Amino acid sequence: MLGISGTLRQVCAMCFPANIPFLKYNWKAQLWNIFFAAGLLIGGFIGGALLKPVTQMPLSPATVHVLSSYGISPQRNILPVEIFNWAHLFTWQHLVIIIGGGFLVGFGTRYAGGCTSGHGISGLSTLQWPSLVAVALFFISGILTANFLLPLLLK
Amino acid sequence: MKSEAVSWFRVQEMFRFQGFQMYGIFMTAIPTAALSIFILRKFKIKTLDGEPVQVRKKKFNWGYVYGGILFGIGWALTGACPGPIYVQIGSGLSIAIITLLSALAGTWTYSYLKPKLPH
Repeated sequence: MLGISGTLRQVCAMCFPANIPFLKYNWKAQLWNIFFAAGLLIGGFIGGALLKPVTQMPLSPATVHVLSSYGISPQRNILPVEIFNWAHLFTWQHLVIIIGGGFLVGFGTRYAGGCTSGHGISGLSTLQWPSLVAVALFFISGILTANFLLPLLLK
Repeated sequence: MKSEAVSWFRVQEMFRFQGFQMYGIFMTAIPTAALSIFILRKFKIKTLDGEPVQVRKKKFNWGYVYGGILFGIGWALTGACPGPIYVQIGSGLSIAIITLLSALAGTWTYSYLKPKLPH
């Protein structure tokens, strides 16, 4: 396993294996993956909290225009506070986006056997055609979701 | 973090074809990975445990199709593939813990249903 979505399976195997065959494997052999995830957390803290950008992220004017029509303004955070916000978590649209979206990330990456790093970077760079299939499909479905489903949820 | 590939905003821009940055990241990451693997093979570099570095060949199954479609929806909604979720939490956005717990629930559910799902 050469991808970050593998860490999700590992945490499941470590914490709630529940006798599921797919979660019974030698996860200790891939402990480095958990250190990598810890590194991502620390890197996020250094880059996002200690070195928090002083200006808003420069976005294309077209994107700013579309997002502002949904009430989302460009900001210094990497997530829009208008959606990702504890106070608004329990509106159904936000539940779909955060919990539904998160669930699909976990379910879909394992079903597809990898994510953007496992298929998109490791898989494509070693010229494996099944990875190309997975990458093409998650791009197509992402494009459709961002352009059609998300606008419905943010109306 | 600083490349902004972990940003929900950048992901929306990418899926709307309104910016080049994400595509630029992929187009540099893939050749870099390919070059790294070439060097690992050329010099027969071993892992810390002394094993040769191997890249397992992936065998196609329909899970790549169904899973790919489902993951794409989740990616566009949360602006995160699994790696960025950790970065979002680290950067102090505590609500991303909910995204992570949901993703763990998704992985667990897949593991549970695996024998019954078409592949």
